[in-house]
Amino acid sequence: MKILVCISNVPDTTTKITFNSNNTEFNTSGVQFILNPYDELALARAIELTEGGNGNVTVVNVGLANTEPTIRKALAIGADDAIRINAAPANAYFVAQQIAKIAKEGQYELILTGRESIDYNGAQTGAMIAEIMDIPSISIIKKLTIDANTATVEREIEGGKEVITVDFPFLASVTEGVAEPKIPNMRGIMSARTKPLQVVEAIAVDTLSSISSFDLPAARSTVKLISTNESAKLIEALHSEAKVI
Amino acid sequence: MNVLVYIENITGKFKKSTYEVVSYAAAIAKQTGGTLTAVSIGNVEASTLAEIGKYGASKILNVQQDALSSFVNQAYASIISQAAKSVDASVVVLSNTFTGKGLAPRVAVKLAAGYVDGALELPTITGNSFSVKRGAFSGKAFANVTLNSAIKVITLSPNAYQINDLGTTATIEDFNPSTGAHDFQTMVKEIIRASDKISLPDAELVVSGGRGLKGPENWGMIEELASLLGAATGCSKPVSDSGWRPHEEHVGQTGIAVAPNLYIAIGISGAIQHLAGVSASKVIVVINKDPEAPFFKVADYGIVGDAFEVVPQLIEAVKVLKAQA
Ligand SMILES: Cc1cc2nc3c(=O)[nH]c(=O)nc-3n(C[C@H](O)[C@H](O)[C@H](O)COP(=O)(O)OP(=O)(O)OC[C@H]3O[C@@H](n4cnc5c(N)ncnc54)[C@H](O)[C@@H]3O)c2cc1C
Repeated sequence: MKILVCISNVPDTTTKITFNSNNTEFNTSGVQFILNPYDELALARAIELTEGGNGNVTVVNVGLANTEPTIRKALAIGADDAIRINAAPANAYFVAQQIAKIAKEGQYELILTGRESIDYNGAQTGAMIAEIMDIPSISIIKKLTIDANTATVEREIEGGKEVITVDFPFLASVTEGVAEPKIPNMRGIMSARTKPLQVVEAIAVDTLSSISSFDLPAARSTVKLISTNESAKLIEALHSEAKVI
Repeated sequence: MNVLVYIENITGKFKKSTYEVVSYAAAIAKQTGGTLTAVSIGNVEASTLAEIGKYGASKILNVQQDALSSFVNQAYASIISQAAKSVDASVVVLSNTFTGKGLAPRVAVKLAAGYVDGALELPTITGNSFSVKRGAFSGKAFANVTLNSAIKVITLSPNAYQINDLGTTATIEDFNPSTGAHDFQTMVKEIIRASDKISLPDAELVVSGGRGLKGPENWGMIEELASLLGAATGCSKPVSDSGWRPHEEHVGQTGIAVAPNLYIAIGISGAIQHLAGVSASKVIVVINKDPEAPFFKVADYGIVGDAFEVVPQLIEAVKVLKAQA
């Protein structure tokens, strides 16, 4: 099976977020970038599904040359090869158009993304790729098994889950539960340097949305402390002062 | 501008998030001098559908087919876009639920529309341009997104917009979209729902526990407090990673971002990744035995103390409060 895993290069989860140029630009100075944690799960499941020479895992990223360490990390974890589409990822629709083109040309049977990226949290790219390609998409899945030509997935829904069957090709966006993240071993790290990483140019796409500015959350007022032997006062305060219960 | 809202039902019933999104869409229709149409897919009784009229939809397009009684992403996306075209909608609004998140991007591509997910407020409208505020960086910031496309698709965050009963009524019409086999390539085999549980993403109240609770056997008091308050239960990442609680309760940057009216954090230190997922909460309460725990810095109320002492006292206090009511 040919699997395409879409990966995104995101600020480390400990990053303190600040902005430049009048709050119009994310300040990347001093920020460590990582492979998006949900994409790591997608990659881990793809590697499991192709174990024992049972297929091929390609990772694809839309990004400039500075994302290559993250792509090499994915190769070290176990992807077979990589494609970088050479453009800044302007918005989800732009990224989806780029990846849909690669995915069509490469005739992948399964396309995986993380449920969302932890920078812009759009959860858009996956379903957009599928719509452009006119194939099924299943969002937020926590289990994926394959039996001959049919896949069974578990989709998260409010307060439960749906068990869904689907034929190939399709796209799924994954969350926790689908696999455990894999840590690259020494052999993986060594071989990552020589695995193929193809760079392709981007296609032009209409701009349908753009971020005009960012804001930081307003600071909260200082905490009101209640002493342990007066715990009941907390419930009173929540009821009559904060009016939330 | 005419506005179309998708009214998601769960086994024939509407949830609070559906009424919220209708109120939100009605406000956009009013802002732009258009009318609001709602589209329902699946088996919803007429009396339940009629409820939607109160919140400002003047017409409800009702799509009832057996094949559509469970969710099929491609078919639903196709129907919603056909409905949008039939009422000449310039704005299409959905809830940012698990289902809405899967549907809206497809609808946006079909309509060549700009898309904002997880809107937190009404758009600021200048001519044909919308600016919509949404969360970014997993709750650490907000982004203002501009949409200049002719058609715009927006999903509304649960718990972000007030339901407004306008006392209006709607007409209900059958709507017969065209769908083909191609739209039905996924098949729901089974739906498993924990019926007695309040779901975390759209909960108004959340009681959440961390590693400070020592082990899964100590969650009884968390569940009791939650059930007395009518709250959902959540947890920190190490708690779900250790299998003490299911993954879907994991709150934070790499879990669920919540926006309840009240978030009670018990035995959670307040790591940056956890705080990211709770920063949109209206009121935060922290119970932690360490006065230096970072969570206190973002809390509205706090008790420095041992959870095993404090939580049973809170349970008693809630019982007293409920007895008075
Ligand atoms: C890539 C990445 C992503 C992550 N994403 C998330 C995420 O989405 N969500 C998340 O939660 N974490 C996330 N984390 C983990 C995060 O960094 C913290 O490790 C985690 O939030 C800590 O969980 P905790 O507060 O339950 O445990 P701890 O940090 O161990 O804190 C336990 C707290 O309980 C208190 N305590 C102990 N005993 C008692 C008692 N008897 N009564 C009262 N209080 C008590 C202690 O004082 C302490 O403050 C992520 C980490 C990484 C690296």
